[in-house]
Amino acid sequence: MPVDSPYTAVSGTGPVPVTGWGRTAPTAARLVRPRTYEEAVAAVRSCGARGGIARGLGRAYGDAAQNAGGAVLDMTGLDRVHTIDAGGGTVLCDAGVSLHRLMEVLLPLGWFVPVTPGTRYVTVGGAIGADIHGKNHHVSGSFTRHVLSLDLLTADGEILTVSRGTPLFDATAGGMGLTGVILTATVRLQPVETSLMSVDTERATDLDDLMARLTATDHRYRYSVAWIDLLARGRSMGRSVLTRGDHAPLDALPDRTRARRDPLAFRPGRLPAAPAFVPEGLLGRTTVGLFNELWYRKAPRARTGELQRISAFFHPLDGVPHWNRVYGRGGFVQYQFVVGYGQEDALRRIVHRISRRRCPSFLAVLKRFGDGDPGWLSFPMPGWTLALDIPANLPELGGFLDELDEEVAAADGRVYLAKDARLRPGLLASMYPRLDEFRALRGELDPAGVFTSDLARRLGL
Amino acid sequence: MKDAFGTPQSLLVLGGTSEIALATARRLIARRTRTVWLAGRPSPALETAASGLRDLGADVRTVAFDALDSDAHEAALGKVFAEGDIDMVLLAFGVLGDQARDENEPGAAVRVAQTNYTGAVSAGLICAKSLQTQGHGSLVVLSSVAGERARRANFIYGSSKAGLDAFAQGLGDALYGTGVHVMVVRPGFVHSKMTAGLPAAPLATTPEIVATAIETGLRRRSETVWVPGTLRVVMSALRHVPRAVFRRLPV
Repeated sequence: MPVDSPYTAVSGTGPVPVTGWGRTAPTAARLVRPRTYEEAVAAVRSCGARGGIARGLGRAYGDAAQNAGGAVLDMTGLDRVHTIDAGGGTVLCDAGVSLHRLMEVLLPLGWFVPVTPGTRYVTVGGAIGADIHGKNHHVSGSFTRHVLSLDLLTADGEILTVSRGTPLFDATAGGMGLTGVILTATVRLQPVETSLMSVDTERATDLDDLMARLTATDHRYRYSVAWIDLLARGRSMGRSVLTRGDHAPLDALPDRTRARRDPLAFRPGRLPAAPAFVPEGLLGRTTVGLFNELWYRKAPRARTGELQRISAFFHPLDGVPHWNRVYGRGGFVQYQFVVGYGQEDALRRIVHRISRRRCPSFLAVLKRFGDGDPGWLSFPMPGWTLALDIPANLPELGGFLDELDEEVAAADGRVYLAKDARLRPGLLASMYPRLDEFRALRGELDPAGVFTSDLARRLGL
Repeated sequence: MKDAFGTPQSLLVLGGTSEIALATARRLIARRTRTVWLAGRPSPALETAASGLRDLGADVRTVAFDALDSDAHEAALGKVFAEGDIDMVLLAFGVLGDQARDENEPGAAVRVAQTNYTGAVSAGLICAKSLQTQGHGSLVVLSSVAGERARRANFIYGSSKAGLDAFAQGLGDALYGTGVHVMVVRPGFVHSKMTAGLPAAPLATTPEIVATAIETGLRRRSETVWVPGTLRVVMSALRHVPRAVFRRLPV
């Protein structure tokens, strides 16, 4: 064990406060950072009465990777990329490897991760546990659709190799880490010719215009997302900027440029980190309204074939380390839901309510999902998904989001557990119809309830 | 578990017939609270309070608890924590006493002090330990502006609340970083059965307003809550008034 490590490998430190990315509801847990599989086994065996949960880079917004009074296994110490099949396009790596690291390693070889969310700083284990999706869900599905097999450390300290298509795989995909600790995974990759994106940008003047544009032309793009101005009211309610594109082919790069000479270079930019202290209420209606106005106006009405870096297209916020601090000490909540196709009226009602309530949200995105994914607790289903973030100290926000939950549930939709920090437990079973199977499998696999988290306790998963 | 807005799912009230506590419980039940424990001396009033909360849809249980019997605290409260996590403990018991009588009956004055202070020290430490073991939870302590500066008119009650307030602040600092949050609530004059018949002081408030302030304090993870908020400024000024002037003030 390296001496500079702040953790002891197995027994862990004294309890330290842990939160999700939204920085709400801190609880204390013993942090354990295994560096080998043997240390991970020992850590699981010595979890104690209040159990343990694996944690990656802490990008889940809510309490999914917290475990009050118990152990939290920081998996980022297991960070080896074992094998890359550069011909067949698969990678075998530890669960603690970040997608950022995979991009660094794979892009020069002409491969890209199959799915990336809005940040590269998630681990492979977290990507499977939350069954993350990206801008290509309508084409490629969620992350676990590209996972061929994984090694799972279970409650009794055994390591199982779990192949796709088995019940344990489907429970683990999107299972929020509650079936065990993922140690390694084999992931199928996406071939690319360059590390640049060819991006089409267009504006939509209101929500109906946006939905019409997405419905008509989404199938032409591998990646598609719309940034939506939820503070806009009246006729421009739901005005948006659509950015859609694909990996740029080699011949799209201009001759005799740096990009052409080194087409697979991965160069994410990085800005200074957000300061540790930011006053509350910096992101109010005025500032966010101003930002949204500028963001909408600066976007071109229609532009095609613009070349963008991967980091600019997929992960604009990763450029600012600790961007979650801009909400101040009160933190923020992310609200993401999906409602099926045919439930457009529910979507319109919800957007209307948010707009009328004047929620200061500058990171709101709307996207169309493709087919659902096999994970029992996987979030995506065919339909419209809207994600927004809101400062947690907004008065009466809890009650307002409860009302939105009712709308979502009535439209047979669901909210995303990896982002949740406040769902009413009673709504869970109707949103996730395979919840009973999940509970039954967990009861059989882990009768003592070794794997648990604040999310699991709060929602009774 | 508490949600992102600090709303608890389970609540333990020490002093189960306190009007402020019951108003708080009603508010929290309307949000997320499903399990409520009402700890207090067994009485019809305690059962009435429990059934009132049950009507709102909560799972309410009562547990025998006497602030003066600190030897029995560990057993009574241990039973509650053994049944599952408690997201919030509301330490709400306390007696006002009768200043004029208590000055002449030291025994009665000691009972006020033992209820409000030593009883709270015992129960507060026991709850704090259990909360620390579970790694999360809020301990909300009902103090009073009367503890901020002792007044001629109620210094026995005031001194007991001053002790409680100082204890709770220190406990909050001791538990900082353990996942447990201690919040000291300092209401001014509250219209309730405890103060019935007394002349209302300026900036008087109600149990419902105190309950709202507690809910907001939980959301903000506040360490001190004044009800109403203007009392913070008023008491800050009063603290610095010279003794010779203060004792002549009509407060």
